Amino acid sequence: MNPSMKAAPVKKPFFTPGAIILCVIVLLAAIYSVFRFLYGIGYITNLTNMYPWGIWKAVLVAATIPLAAGGFTTAALVHIFYGKKYHDIVRSALLVAMLGYTFAGAMVMYDMGRWYNIWRPIFWWNGNSALFEVAICVMSYLTVLVIEFLPIVIERFQKNVNLKGFLSTFKKPIEMLLNLLDRILSPTLSLFIILGVVISCLHQSSLGVVMVVAGQKVHPLWQSPVLPILFLISAISVGFPMVIIETIISTRIFGIEPKMHILSKLGQIAGLILGFYLACKITDMAIRGTYVYLTELNVFSIMYIIEILFGVVAPIYIFLRKKLVTSTSWIFTAAILTALGILLNRLNTFLVGYRPFYDVPVYYPSLGEVFVSLGFFALIFLLYRAFVMIFPVITQPVEN
Amino acid sequence: MKQSRRDFFKAAGLLGAGITGLKTKDAHAGSHNILSEDRVGVLVDTTVCIGCRKCEYACKTAHDLPTEPIETYDDRSVFKKMRRNDENALTVVNEYENPKNANSPIDVKVQCMHCDYPACVSACVVGALTKAENGSVIYDPSICMGCRYCMVVCPFQGLAYEYLSPLTPKVMKCDLCFDRTKEGKIPACVEICPMEALTYGKRSDLLKLAHKRIKENPEKYIDHVYGEFEVGGTSWLYLANKEFASLDLPDLNTDPVPKISETIQHGVFKYFIPPISLYALLGGIMWLNKKKDENEESQEGEIK
Ligand code: SF4
Ligand code: SF4
Repeated sequence: MNPSMKAAPVKKPFFTPGAIILCVIVLLAAIYSVFRFLYGIGYITNLTNMYPWGIWKAVLVAATIPLAAGGFTTAALVHIFYGKKYHDIVRSALLVAMLGYTFAGAMVMYDMGRWYNIWRPIFWWNGNSALFEVAICVMSYLTVLVIEFLPIVIERFQKNVNLKGFLSTFKKPIEMLLNLLDRILSPTLSLFIILGVVISCLHQSSLGVVMVVAGQKVHPLWQSPVLPILFLISAISVGFPMVIIETIISTRIFGIEPKMHILSKLGQIAGLILGFYLACKITDMAIRGTYVYLTELNVFSIMYIIEILFGVVAPIYIFLRKKLVTSTSWIFTAAILTALGILLNRLNTFLVGYRPFYDVPVYYPSLGEVFVSLGFFALIFLLYRAFVMIFPVITQPVEN
Repeated sequence: MKQSRRDFFKAAGLLGAGITGLKTKDAHAGSHNILSEDRVGVLVDTTVCIGCRKCEYACKTAHDLPTEPIETYDDRSVFKKMRRNDENALTVVNEYENPKNANSPIDVKVQCMHCDYPACVSACVVGALTKAENGSVIYDPSICMGCRYCMVVCPFQGLAYEYLSPLTPKVMKCDLCFDRTKEGKIPACVEICPMEALTYGKRSDLLKLAHKRIKENPEKYIDHVYGEFEVGGTSWLYLANKEFASLDLPDLNTDPVPKISETIQHGVFKYFIPPISLYALLGGIMWLNKKKDENEESQEGEIK
């Protein structure tokens, strides 16, 4: 490794045209939010008694969580399997996971009728409920992520707590606190890292159990008792592609060369995991005989085929071709396809494949739902940008 | 080639049980232990119901919901469209064509079915929904988070939500008049029904009554008591003279809805063995790799 390469805060102006557009979207979402909190969820959504969950649950909760899977997969790769050469990417993956989870949590609250009761699952337990398990796992994993991120904060501030004026009286205690945290965390961090991986596995799979209880209301193309396993494998498979996307985008933005030899390796691993995922899906389909549904031409079969062809088969092909996986644009395409494929899979399982038994109009998201969703994603981007400017996350050449 | 979703579910159940290595019969909804022999229910005879909708009125009054005066319920134009119970009407009556006699249409009252193995109770994150000993599935708004998972899993769409309440929205459902039955009264709808289309009583007695009616009038009824076995049994039971699916009472499996998911949940969390062993495994791998790494580094050092 080049000795002058180091994770450091990025020095660039925050407001670029792109960032301003994102700010506008966030503002729009904020306006809708006022109505949501003043007049109720029903005021800005198309949710009904027949379709109680819309895109907020499907896209933002069910889909951001696997997309945050880059955090635990890279943590496992680097810290547990000691893939030290991948060390450069851990921090940014960790940051994205932390933001992703915070937002999944925020979104759950946003979508909950009685959001102020979000803490209830800590004390009111229902072990039969998959969503209870998800809730507990998200809360504990978020804690673990923050603990894993702390060393980065410590590294940033340990030797330069910069407080002026009357705040300078806090300088000493804060420094002491940081030092203390450092002393506790350094030797125990690996315990938390393993814990984070275990919790992730648990709750990626319990997310799959969530729709199992909906039983016959979910179309057989997606409903399966092995959903938890499929959800877990697909979450793992999207981990590295997410890291690839994050790395390529952020290096682009900050004008650094992406490390293609690392990314290609990750792509190849992702290709293999995706292949395994595809095999599981096909086996499940063969055992339950659900392929008969593909002979009917309807929204279900079309969505299923799009999901598998573009979200699984195409990226496998790209990732496993030596020529393609070494090209920045191809590997980026494949990674994006994988991520969209998982997004579509969760959307299909939670929304498209979900039909109550009665002949009622099908749910389509309202403008409010769409804008709020976009607003949340935009906020994640903006915060990521802000974080990499404040904290040493991105590895880059530094002048001493 | 159209296949019924039911068949896939049978295969699904076996698969689920195989994977978690548990016998499916071990798994049961959380309410299993308290299912009382004496639990109550209501038998709806759709061949007797005339669609006067008095039950809708009585239900609203009993639950303090806003209602128009009782005369307005004579308006039969509402039957043009299928209606479902919602946050302002915990029960509604729908009308369907009668193949045997066009002049006397079939009227079907719908509401929460009060399942013996309720999916909503199994799913509720915080246990705001519970199955009471007398069979009623009841709701406690004070601990509800409003996640609406219960609504997603209910096979009968028995729950409705106050989407327009900004601060204290409630899940609204039939509670089998829990407060009235506690005082020894019968449910409001049963009480008001002028045709005695609704019979309230012990579920086991109602089943006997239903089968007796079918046996005595085989030309009047199809030989099927809806709710006897559907999703493991429900407190509300229905008699009809034509297929229930054509009356919007869905064709469902006889397995309790929460069976597969609870089997999986219990499999994963049995004494926390899977998570703990995963932790140990990963820890072991980490330790081995660390040793290997240290060895390599010290070797490199020697070469230098
Ligand atoms: S019908 Fe629905 S709401 Fe009623 S007990 Fe069954 S699952 Fe719960
Ligand atoms: S909406 Fe309330 S009652 Fe329904 S599952 Fe959520 S917490 Fe339970």
